[in-house]
Amino acid sequence: MINMKRRTFLKGSVAAGAMGAAMGAGLLTPRMVLAAWPSAAFEAKTVDSALDALMGSHALESSDKISIRAPDIAENGAVVPVSVTSSIPGTEAINIIAEKNAAPLTAAFKLGKGAEGFVSTRIKMGKTSSVIAVVKAGGKLYSTGKEVKVTIGGCGG
Amino acid sequence: MNISRREFLQMLAVASASGMSLSACESDKPSTPAGTKSAARPSDPYEIPGFGNVSLLHYTDCHAQLLPIYFREPSINLGIGPMKGRPPHLVGDAFLSYYGIQPGSREAHAFTYLNYVEAAKQLGKVGGFAHLATLIKKIRAQRPGALLLDGGDTWQGSGTSFWTNAQDMVDAQKLLGVDIMTAHWEMTYGAERVMEIVKNDFNGKIDFIAQNVFDNEWGEQVFEPYVIKEINGVPVAIIGQAFPYTPIANPRFMVPDWSFGIRDEHMQQMVDQAREKGAQVVVVLSHNGMDVDLKMASRVTGIDAILGGHTHDAIPRPSEVKNSGGVTLVTNAGSNSKFLGVLDLDVGDGKLRDYRYHLLPIFSNLLEADAEMAGYIDKVRAPYLDKLGEKLAVTDEVLYRRGNFNGTFDQVICDALMETQDAPIAFSPGFRWGVSVMPGEAITFDHVMTQTAITYPTVTRTNMTGTRIKEVLEDVADNLFNTDPYYQQGGDMVRVGGLKYAIKPGAEIGSRISDMELNGKPLVADKEYPVAGWASVAQPMDGRPIWDVVAEYLRDQKTISKIDLNEPLLKGVDSNPGLAKS
Repeated sequence: MINMKRRTFLKGSVAAGAMGAAMGAGLLTPRMVLAAWPSAAFEAKTVDSALDALMGSHALESSDKISIRAPDIAENGAVVPVSVTSSIPGTEAINIIAEKNAAPLTAAFKLGKGAEGFVSTRIKMGKTSSVIAVVKAGGKLYSTGKEVKVTIGGCGG
Repeated sequence: MNISRREFLQMLAVASASGMSLSACESDKPSTPAGTKSAARPSDPYEIPGFGNVSLLHYTDCHAQLLPIYFREPSINLGIGPMKGRPPHLVGDAFLSYYGIQPGSREAHAFTYLNYVEAAKQLGKVGGFAHLATLIKKIRAQRPGALLLDGGDTWQGSGTSFWTNAQDMVDAQKLLGVDIMTAHWEMTYGAERVMEIVKNDFNGKIDFIAQNVFDNEWGEQVFEPYVIKEINGVPVAIIGQAFPYTPIANPRFMVPDWSFGIRDEHMQQMVDQAREKGAQVVVVLSHNGMDVDLKMASRVTGIDAILGGHTHDAIPRPSEVKNSGGVTLVTNAGSNSKFLGVLDLDVGDGKLRDYRYHLLPIFSNLLEADAEMAGYIDKVRAPYLDKLGEKLAVTDEVLYRRGNFNGTFDQVICDALMETQDAPIAFSPGFRWGVSVMPGEAITFDHVMTQTAITYPTVTRTNMTGTRIKEVLEDVADNLFNTDPYYQQGGDMVRVGGLKYAIKPGAEIGSRISDMELNGKPLVADKEYPVAGWASVAQPMDGRPIWDVVAEYLRDQKTISKIDLNEPLLKGVDSNPGLAKS
């Protein structure tokens, strides 16, 4: 997981007041703290193969119950703030993909039962690309995308 | 249009005899009976009857032009995709016919490039803070409680603004009576200087507002997002929208800890919050650029008007944009101290009932200079007069910048870069500021500074491969011609010296640019070419500033004539009303 801060993740994943309880009850199991790092998925060169390695499938159904918040034009491609909200009942996992990155999978979150479907992180983007959020719920994969432009800059105004 | 000076004068005479005045550009609300406006028009073109109970005066993008100047509006301002043929993407005759402006009138000269040189000789210079001050006092006298809003790009664009670290403009704003401002180029003086001015000079005098600037570390707002002012008993909220792409279009290192962006959702929250606090009118003071304003108006509800800037479009009549909550007016008030926008609102029963809008061109010959402001300007320029007044060369042709591709002044800058840096190719940024110089006039150091005065002016010479050159051109073209305005940065196409190319604005990124040639030979993808440029946003640099390089070139040339304007071959835009018919 690139440029991801544990603090940011925790802050974003659950309402602040509920954090202690959520952790205590074991509601959250972010992959970054698990022993088994899904290296095949993070090293995969295509969106489909990354999803196959991580989720066991790349069959995506587009959903308007997922929203991505990310800049239209990145201020710095090295740290692009992205947050994803899923209102799909039973959201188990949220994955963030930068389609045109050499290794497209940039972040994977596994949410415990009852956790709010919200994650926030910063991803690295090599060039202008669609950022895709893939949500797993009820054994199915749902997705939505947003274009984030990475530009050379200058010449404005 | 090609008319002689005599014909032009005749047309002017006819226009004035028929009651045509500056105010022909008044908003044509359906509630005003057709034909009554010009008939009832008093002889003073700046005598604008008051209307309603809330008035907002607005100027934007003055780019530190304290003195009257010449400013030629563009002959090319292409709108692509849904923006084709829609304001602000209209030029020349298409502009006049859309807004019902009489050809040959003063307004036609103020708003378009048509017959530019002849009309400018006849009508004289425009703008100037002393003339603007007179007009503001006059309009304010008729409108008690009116607020003066400054849309930003005020602190940058002249020798004195650069040398005084923006202090000349800060004090001029206070003298002018600015109540509220938002920002773009202000940020290029660095975060520390901005905060110093906001906290000291402006304290208790001018509200510096922006709802879309956040601290990177804590996500807190850097500036007040909005203010609520009571005008004649009506609570009016003004929300600030700074230029969303400041850290991309300008150097990131100037504002390393601040994040910008368009932030529609936060804008909606601010509108709702202001309404909850009792605001009966909500106005956004914006530096988005007009296309972005129009899109924002279609998505955010509850805004009565967006008073916009950044793209330097002088738009005589507001665009009325429908959204799910009602209608939002979008205006854009030109640049270079050339215009004053006057928005009069009739507010009753807690809401906006009707409005009038005027975008008044400042003809410096038609307005007395305000003595106090004129005295201030003299004082602030005095230490620099010798340097500013240096006559570097004489031009035989009109020099200007504004337009999607190379203007004649840009061509001079590119020529200066290529010659002094011994490079076959030059890039100069597609800024929209910079004044015009009339044929026969001396080009002064002052003129050069209006085209170049930025805080990162270092001239560069870089070896770039053909592939990289294409990438740069494609990237900038997409910032200008992307069919979604939220992916545009404003500004025009990078000015190119030496290199010939063709461009298809309606194509996708990566396939707009073609036929790149240098000295008749196709550009080679993996070959390196020296490219001279300036205004690199990458990092702070030591080296010669661009104004010294251009001044040196002009002194050598002595006379500028027969400018060979290196414009790209345009593809697929023949029928575009944003392109002048030649």
